[in-house]
Amino acid sequence: MNDQSPTSQARAPEAPEARPPARPEPSRLVRVLFEGGVGRNMGLVAVLVLLAVVGVVTAPRTFPTVSNLLTVLTSASIIGVLTVGVTFVIIGGGIDLSVGKVMALASVWATTVATQSFGALVMIFCALAVGVGAGLVNGVLIAYGRIVPFIATLAMLISAQGLAELISGRRSQIVTDPVIAAIASTRILGIPLLVYLFAVVIAVGWVVLNRTTFGRRTFAIGGNAEAARLAGVDVRRHTVLLYVVSGLCCGIAAIMIASLTTTGSSTHGTLYELDAIAAVIIGGTLLTGGRGTLVGSILGVLVFTVITNLFVLNNLAIEVQNIAKGAIIVVAVLIQARARRSSTT
Amino acid sequence: MRGIVKTFPGVRALDGVDLDVAAGEVHCLLGQNGAGKSTLIKVLAGAHRPDAGAITWAGAPVAFGSPHAADAAGIATIHQELDLVPGLSVAENVVLGHEPARLGFTRPRDAEKTARRLLARLGHPEIPPRRELGELSAAGQQIVGMARALARDARLIVMDEPSAVLDPEEVRNLFRVIRELTADGVAVVYISHRLEEIREIGDRVTVLKDGRTVARNLPARTTPTADVIRLMTGRALEYVFPPSTGPAGEVVLEVDGLGRAGEFADVAFTVRAGEVVGLAGLVGSGRSEILETIYGARRADTGGVRVRGRALPRGSVPAAVRAGLGLCPEERKTQALLLDEPVMRNVSLASLRRFARGGFLGGEAELADAGVVTAQLDVRPADPRRPARTLSGGNQQKVVLARWLLHGCTVLLLDEPTRGVDVGARSEIYALVRRLAGEGVAVVLVSSEVPEVLGLADRVLVVREGRIVHAGPAAELDEHRVLDLVMEGADMTADGLAGAGS
Repeated sequence: MNDQSPTSQARAPEAPEARPPARPEPSRLVRVLFEGGVGRNMGLVAVLVLLAVVGVVTAPRTFPTVSNLLTVLTSASIIGVLTVGVTFVIIGGGIDLSVGKVMALASVWATTVATQSFGALVMIFCALAVGVGAGLVNGVLIAYGRIVPFIATLAMLISAQGLAELISGRRSQIVTDPVIAAIASTRILGIPLLVYLFAVVIAVGWVVLNRTTFGRRTFAIGGNAEAARLAGVDVRRHTVLLYVVSGLCCGIAAIMIASLTTTGSSTHGTLYELDAIAAVIIGGTLLTGGRGTLVGSILGVLVFTVITNLFVLNNLAIEVQNIAKGAIIVVAVLIQARARRSSTT
Repeated sequence: MRGIVKTFPGVRALDGVDLDVAAGEVHCLLGQNGAGKSTLIKVLAGAHRPDAGAITWAGAPVAFGSPHAADAAGIATIHQELDLVPGLSVAENVVLGHEPARLGFTRPRDAEKTARRLLARLGHPEIPPRRELGELSAAGQQIVGMARALARDARLIVMDEPSAVLDPEEVRNLFRVIRELTADGVAVVYISHRLEEIREIGDRVTVLKDGRTVARNLPARTTPTADVIRLMTGRALEYVFPPSTGPAGEVVLEVDGLGRAGEFADVAFTVRAGEVVGLAGLVGSGRSEILETIYGARRADTGGVRVRGRALPRGSVPAAVRAGLGLCPEERKTQALLLDEPVMRNVSLASLRRFARGGFLGGEAELADAGVVTAQLDVRPADPRRPARTLSGGNQQKVVLARWLLHGCTVLLLDEPTRGVDVGARSEIYALVRRLAGEGVAVVLVSSEVPEVLGLADRVLVVREGRIVHAGPAAELDEHRVLDLVMEGADMTADGLAGAGS
């Protein structure tokens, strides 16, 4: 009857070129921040501001100082680096319970007398290799062995703890290497090197998550693994890589904690995995995967660290602090769930 | 049931359906896939609320707000997808929701006794009540599902294709039980694609088509098969299929002796560039499994696939995509789309490498190219940054097609491309498939809708129980003949052909 598709004629007025600039483009900076998650995490920013106000009021002489700010950032840096790795894994639809103890294992391995005799570079290499190796084992067990991530990484947590105790004989190993020991005490322009390291890890993590095929596939797998698989994404290989990323972050954190405490110890990082996961969750990342932001996770870490800081400055008991943390997790997740419901319906 | 209407977003699944079931009869519900049978029984079972219409039960008007309400009224349903708990024992499943209890403590002995009695009545005393349900075969689970319906003392039992997983001996047993039930005054609504079963067990037949009742209360034993098929197929809505683009090119897809244990066997065919090959068959005949195995999403046990003469490794989707295959899967939402992601990212998912420089995504080219293909397919709303979730079914399907349009395919595999798609988008999808074929893409199409296969395909393969039972040009087939081939009905063939000729 008619050679051309009838619909294309009927709908001709709305030509393709009339479409893209339907609404004014927001400025590039605004868009980047929004995509990065600050926009979606206004609630967390508000909580941080609120905590800062509380700090100024309750500890006017000690809280609002540059040195206190740097203290907060330094103590956030180690869990922060772990949190970057955990964010990747959770957005990809998995979970990593092993980060705290893999970090401990890496710190022990890198600080044995034998390793230290080879110098700082070998120590750093060892820490990173242990982290990557543990991540690889996690990833292969999960992707190819089809073990549930919760179980596989729980097993890794336990065995990494055991191995760290075995190697160290349950003793803290003192860092004698001057280069490693200097990392934590070095300041550039008045800011500790650990804070720079933290910033670099965040920046690299953000770019990889938001600007690369790797990041895009991470969201795709977490959002709908079957759809990603049928679109040609090698889901299993990518899953392994996600746990390797998390392991690499453990390695970096191990060097940082070894330097900060000048020890390698199997007791490092106890329950860090829970703090990291909690930070990711209050940062707005869905535990089921597919949605989340790195910026949100980092804000989550900062909220926790500032709370700790406030309690210390005001000489309050650590027990109360944990109760407050627990309450904040619940409140933050409730607020986000409500915000999400109102935005989707 | 009178004038039942049920709409889902984008689809009017039921559009004024009537159904009368008398006590003590076996009432058969017939209709093609998508005619509305399953929706109707879900309304009856209280799982869906009808938008309009009335249900009268034992003389009084009722409205079942929940499955529990229907259950309490004495209506039990044995669904196609079994609603049993695999981790519980057989006995616990039989009494699920009605556990015999005293003071809040369950009485497992009573449950086992009930289960044993009902299983014996169903001719399966050998099923141990304490066995975990998940360990039973599909047929065994079906029996337990029936025992559960009996345990409720239901006055009406709805059976949705109960014979699909049963062997002939078990079907005979099932029929014996149905006869016992109806002798006690229980009414049975029986759904099946096997016409000979309906002849054997049914009393009256109601035929559904496109969500409407086209015939009510036909006598099951004496209505000619040709009439039944005509009622099921006669179509109020004729789609315009674009004409075939003529002679096809060289062979690009060769499927040779492909098989998977328990799913299909000895599947062999070739597709030329520019050719559309349709796979017709019932749900569960193995059509989708064949398509997914060609694509590498399932690993073939036997045989192989060649694209342009080069063999594909078994069970590797990435290799298939690199070789130029693309699949639009059957379940759009669970198998194809990232619902929370923008349309643009759904479209570019298979082509990320093209937009990346050393793994880094720029963003501009990706948005622009996704915008071009979605505009070509007239995806609405025309904003590639909207989440895929907010689009209608037809537009979501276009997004999946756009993914492969952007990627560029040698062979496009389409599994139910128009399921849940409204009429307008359908014609557009048909036009697109034809256009792609005209550009030299080889297309393999799976559809439950026979007219769609016949209208769109150059060649048709009929699949029945995992085997290709017929292959030939679409022009030599008509709907009746295909339905004959699709539904195994040895004695129907002669009638069916006569009906087609008249």
